[in-house]
Amino acid sequence: MKDGVNGVALAVFIFFFLAVTVMGFLAARWRKAENDSLDEWGLGGRSFGTWVTWFLLGGDLYTAYTFVAVPAAIYAAGAAGFFAVPYTILVYPLIFTFLPRLWSVSHKHGYVTTSDFVRGRFGSKGLSLAVAVTGILATMPYIALQLVGIQAVLDVMGVGGGEDTNWFVKDLPLLIAFGVLAAYTYSSGLRAPALIAFVKDTLIYIVIAVAIIYIPIKLGGFDDIFAKAGEAFSQTNPATGKPRGALAPAEPGQWTYATLALGSALALFMYPHSITATLSSRSREVIRRNTTILPLYSLMLGLLALLGFMAIAAGVKVTNGQLAIPQLFEDMFPSWFAGVAFAAIGIGALVPAAIMSIAAANLFTRNIYKDFIKPNATPAQETKVSKLVSLLVKVGALVFVLTMDKTVAINFQLLGGIWILQTFPALVGGLFTRWFHRWALLAGWAVGMVYGTFAAYGVASPTQKHFGGSSKEIPGIGEIGYIGLTAFVINVVVTVVLTFVLRAAKAPDGIDETKPEDYTADAGDPGVAVELPPATAGAGH
Amino acid sequence: MSDEETREPVVTPARVAIALCLIAPFVAMLWVGSYAKVDPAFIGIPFFYWYQMLWVPLSAALTVTAYKLWQRDRRGRAASSSAKGGASE
Repeated sequence: MKDGVNGVALAVFIFFFLAVTVMGFLAARWRKAENDSLDEWGLGGRSFGTWVTWFLLGGDLYTAYTFVAVPAAIYAAGAAGFFAVPYTILVYPLIFTFLPRLWSVSHKHGYVTTSDFVRGRFGSKGLSLAVAVTGILATMPYIALQLVGIQAVLDVMGVGGGEDTNWFVKDLPLLIAFGVLAAYTYSSGLRAPALIAFVKDTLIYIVIAVAIIYIPIKLGGFDDIFAKAGEAFSQTNPATGKPRGALAPAEPGQWTYATLALGSALALFMYPHSITATLSSRSREVIRRNTTILPLYSLMLGLLALLGFMAIAAGVKVTNGQLAIPQLFEDMFPSWFAGVAFAAIGIGALVPAAIMSIAAANLFTRNIYKDFIKPNATPAQETKVSKLVSLLVKVGALVFVLTMDKTVAINFQLLGGIWILQTFPALVGGLFTRWFHRWALLAGWAVGMVYGTFAAYGVASPTQKHFGGSSKEIPGIGEIGYIGLTAFVINVVVTVVLTFVLRAAKAPDGIDETKPEDYTADAGDPGVAVELPPATAGAGH
Repeated sequence: MSDEETREPVVTPARVAIALCLIAPFVAMLWVGSYAKVDPAFIGIPFFYWYQMLWVPLSAALTVTAYKLWQRDRRGRAASSSAKGGASE
């Protein structure tokens, strides 16, 4: 990095960090209800309206890692990295179709996690466990990557220390940030990230708006930026012997681009943290309305991606691509505004990390602890376990990042995306039809997981022998496509074929505790508001 | 199409329109060949990028349309089923 600590930027960063810490602890009192159920701590009392949900989901889905990684991918390879934009475009029409149904059935039956729904729908603890374990496995590296996002900012500010600093001094800022995060998540639950998301998103929007106007003016306009970037991409990469990238994807890359966009869009709302933020909303309408206003974040993401080109044009030279954008901010902005930008990224890591750890903790508590270890746990005990597990999950992520190479976290995150997509048939299939057989879904899931893992293991890159990327030749088609989507298609085929077989063999079907009208119920409908408290509280007795 | 009077058809023009609104972004975005080019540029930004970013507000508008149509469809159904004195949803 550059010489020494950037004092002004650091001071601004610390100011915002302290502000959100205070907010995080005060959040416990925000719309507080007097009971100990997991709904209160883990779903914010299911009370959030349209705008809170918008900030919460936006703060949750567009993470610090996204802010760092998307422009970093553009910086490294150009057009191929832009798939994040069509990906987030496709997410919203997609969830418009199924998320309101999930909200309704979850509200009616007091489900806190997707696994709760799968167990209730298919009467299968095994399938529910598979979904829960997949969710936890996919979330852990994602939390770890949020730390990587904070580290990138700290490094550029000069507080990460050099290579030769003592490890404790080097990691101290990160330890403090995470300790504080863990403390207020523990005490305030989902209310903390919900409140902090306001600050995070406001800062991000301000930074992007300024960056997209200010930086191109300094660099001589978009014409110059793209001319320079095009030139840089046409240079041959010594490691591969091919050009570094392109301004528009060539024919062979188009399948990869489309399958990555589609596969990622299908996977996004399978992640536990997306569902936690969804279920915390007050009504079905809140969800549908949000699918129409969340695209504002996609626009921001697109603008952010363009910063990758600006980093090239500005001559930012970093060996670690993750540092390209923080470095661009440091080079371009006055110190105080660089501090605001760094605070935006840093807080951008805290919000999703808190929600992810809550989501993983809820999965553990509801679908492992309660289903397999202590079936008669009271709501108060559930909350207690969930709070403790949220701490454990964060410590785990911290150890992961501090002891292992960053690429390990990135590899696991890549695998996590492939894995989580394999829960789609059970969850979304289950929301629309009871036709799939529970054992067929379990088999399809297993085949998808195994195929996806092996396929990803076999991908080499110039720097890595295994897990070098997320795309590979699609068997039978011959084009290069996203492994997760291929695994998903295999998963669906196995599920359908086995369902025919099992139905023909009259294999025992689980008990479905849901009714068709549960899927369209809204808050205020007869039965929903009345039934909810007993369904949730009564679950423990 | 059956001409039963007691049941409303499952497929109505409004529902077809909702489906089209929701499917259109998929066709546009997954057909990468249709926009994988540099020209024409807009204020210096290559076509590939501004075209996809243009689809963000476009698809949002389509989702809003689907949402409005769906609300109307649901209200219409609720009204007609209560007018028949009957079956709840």
